[in-house]
Amino acid sequence: MNGKTVEERSSVAAKPANISVKLENAGVSGPMLANETIKIEVRDLNLYYSDKQALHGVSMDVPEKKVTAFIGPSGCGKSTLLRCFNRMNDLVDSVRMDGSIRLSGQDIFESTVDVAELRRQVGMVFQKPNPFPKSVYENVAYGLRLQGIKKRHVLDERVEWALKSAAIWDEVKDRLDDNAMGLSGGQQQRLVIARAIAIKPEVLLLDEPASALDPISTLKIEELIYELKSDYTILIVTHNMQQAARVSDYTAFMYMGDLVEFDSTNRVFTNPKKKQTEDYITGRYG
Amino acid sequence: MSLTTNNQQSAFAHWWKSGNPMIWINAGAVSISLIMVFGLLGLIAARGGGHFWPKDVLSIEYKTIDGKLSTIVGELIDTDVISKLRYEESTGQTLPKELREVERWMIKVGNRDQNGADFKWVSKFEIQKLGKPSSVVAVERMEWGTLFGELKSISENGVDMASHTDLWSELHHRLDRTLELRDLIRQLEKSEIGRVNYVLEKLRLERRTLELDGTETAENLREIAAKERHQQEIYKVIQRKLEVLNQQIKRDKAKFEIINEGHSQIVELPFAVIVGAIKPNVMNAGEKLIQYFINLYHFFMDDPREANTEGGIFPAIFGTVMMVLLMTVLVTPFGVIAAVYLREYAKQGPVIRIIRIAVNNLAGVPSIVYGVFGLGFFVYFLGGNIDDLFFTAAKPAPTVGTPGIMWAALTLAIMTVPVVIVSTEEGLTRIPRSIREGSLALGATRFETLRNVILPMASPSIMTGVILAIARAAGEVAPLMLVGVVKLAPDLPIDANFPFVHLERKFMHLGFHIYDVGFQSPNVEVARPLVYATSFLLVLVIIFLNLAVILMRNKLRERYRSMEN
Ligand SMILES: Nc1ncnc2c1ncn2[C@@H]1O[C@H](COP(=O)(O)OP(=O)(O)OP(=O)(O)O)[C@@H](O)[C@H]1O
Ligand SMILES: [Mg+2]
Repeated sequence: MNGKTVEERSSVAAKPANISVKLENAGVSGPMLANETIKIEVRDLNLYYSDKQALHGVSMDVPEKKVTAFIGPSGCGKSTLLRCFNRMNDLVDSVRMDGSIRLSGQDIFESTVDVAELRRQVGMVFQKPNPFPKSVYENVAYGLRLQGIKKRHVLDERVEWALKSAAIWDEVKDRLDDNAMGLSGGQQQRLVIARAIAIKPEVLLLDEPASALDPISTLKIEELIYELKSDYTILIVTHNMQQAARVSDYTAFMYMGDLVEFDSTNRVFTNPKKKQTEDYITGRYG
Repeated sequence: MSLTTNNQQSAFAHWWKSGNPMIWINAGAVSISLIMVFGLLGLIAARGGGHFWPKDVLSIEYKTIDGKLSTIVGELIDTDVISKLRYEESTGQTLPKELREVERWMIKVGNRDQNGADFKWVSKFEIQKLGKPSSVVAVERMEWGTLFGELKSISENGVDMASHTDLWSELHHRLDRTLELRDLIRQLEKSEIGRVNYVLEKLRLERRTLELDGTETAENLREIAAKERHQQEIYKVIQRKLEVLNQQIKRDKAKFEIINEGHSQIVELPFAVIVGAIKPNVMNAGEKLIQYFINLYHFFMDDPREANTEGGIFPAIFGTVMMVLLMTVLVTPFGVIAAVYLREYAKQGPVIRIIRIAVNNLAGVPSIVYGVFGLGFFVYFLGGNIDDLFFTAAKPAPTVGTPGIMWAALTLAIMTVPVVIVSTEEGLTRIPRSIREGSLALGATRFETLRNVILPMASPSIMTGVILAIARAAGEVAPLMLVGVVKLAPDLPIDANFPFVHLERKFMHLGFHIYDVGFQSPNVEVARPLVYATSFLLVLVIIFLNLAVILMRNKLRERYRSMEN
């Protein structure tokens, strides 16, 4: 449906000169990522909802097998940016964008990209839990079945692993055949996390995965993130500063559609370069 | 500020604002609707159902005003009261002064072959003596309706039975034999001769095809001729069997004494024309109940007789159900696919909006218009062209270019497709975006999302559409008269001849049956209870069909419940 815009985008991406110029202005902290392999490169990403611009020339490099946290006040564009990484914004008719995003060097806006395959590699957990009205088991097995996995024992194993990883196995192991809509909000949240990790994506986008959870489950999710880090590249949006500080290696602070500061978590929290960041972190700020 | 009622406001305004009157109005509206629905159902159930209860046969002695004494025998069907004036005007007689109005009894006297009419009116004041003779027999016949009379004798090959035999049990004994024979005869006539005719017709078409193609050779013509001869042989054998059976069934006869115009008269009845015989006046309630269910069973399961005014309505039930099921099978996928396109794939814009308005308006087009369309487009154009292309051998007789159950189902499918589209679309819009995103984010394509998540979740709405479609289609008569319904269809659309399902055949339909029996039959009075019974059955069939789909929908709803939590 967005065939035309895809072409527009790739034509923008085909102008490397333009990008390199912008790169210098963008203030991506090059040296800080010197030791990291870069998984995702974002260059000069502008995004508009109809006429309203929601992202202003965002450029950043997301390191592989690390946790990158996105913080910022509500409505600053964190979810919007996250949804660019698996092209979820394609589904919103009013969205226009330019700039480029490369995943492992491959431009994801290219018209040849298989979006379904991209989304298999870049999993996502949404801000609001959205389980399917199917059984708990089928929810987790959904992505696996899409990949053509039919063998019962393979499915069983993977479902159990995912549910255990998402710290929900004990609560649902006796009701795997029950409808997932009957779970509590927090359980649903962990279920959709299990559903996302079951297909073992390379990159995991977590949009406030712990917002509906109690402290113990939150802790478990954080442990999960910590474990997954060794295999996955994780991008997490959170409003919880402690959480960002605890789980992430890098932190990006966004404000009004701008990427204001992006640095190692340690530095962002102890020694922010920008005044806005400092105000936000210290809570002096709406 | 005080929390008590503002005094300046009138009590009425306050009462109105409280919302109570609205509740009363709503509840009143609901009650009135319910009363109307149940009243309607109750009326047709009572009128129709009562018809099958074996009624007592009265013997009525009456004296008319001019002093003539007479007797009639029959069932009391109805009573009414008319004014003296009307009575005098219609009969030309003067009534005694003390009478202000006249109660009249409608008596079903039967014996139409002798009396010329089934019913007779007797005024209550004329009646001298009422009796319930225990010996009177009500005989249901293949034609001429019921006979009321007294069994006098039974003869075999023209020889009367000995006088000491128990005639009543002898009658039943011989009736059973007759019924068996009749079944055999019908079996032979319907299926076996039917099959021979079917094969012969096939062979004729085969030869015609060869002729048309110019590929006939002496050899294949000989082959066909041989096959035809074979069928003729079979036919002859069946014919001989039939002759024997017909001879056998003619063996027994019974004599009844009936009352005709006050005079008794002997009528001889071959067993071959008897359907059943009871002595209603000596039956107890239990026996009557059993007879009631037997009558009901025959009503459901038999073919109609005597211009549809007697016998059963099985072909009509069958035709109705089959046509509706066929329509459902056609309309559901079509409507769903159209709705999915409109809602999921098409770019929402003015064009789609116009299409949607057009679809909605299509639902309001009078059904007869669809009938005309079905006749013009499906039957003549589509059917005619198919005939030209594939069934040239049968020409000039049309094969599918004539009204039939397939075209009827298609016509009704076109008529009801807007309903399915609209409610499917509604179901699709109700599915939250987050669910679609959840599926897409796991690497599903749009089609996979549609198939695995969206359509299952929309299925209760689809079912609602199907329910509405069935409700509309099952009660429709007008368009069907143009595209396939007939008064009497010799064959069901499904039978034992390959390919078993004959969608090109014409069929019977309960709705049309009601119309036909009620308004087109030569004997409207006799048919009236059948009109009620058939109406009730039509309602039952629709309820049954709807209930099946509703149960299915509830199951689905349960499964995909609470997407809006
Ligand atoms: N589908 C949409 N159509 C139009 N505008 C949108 C849409 N989605 C988001 N926006 C706008 O884009 C801006 C960024 O929204 P986004 O959801 O990315 O914020 P966020 O940082 O995730 O906020 P929160 O922390 O509250 O989740 C907001 O101003 C929002 O109103
Ligand atoms: Mg958000």
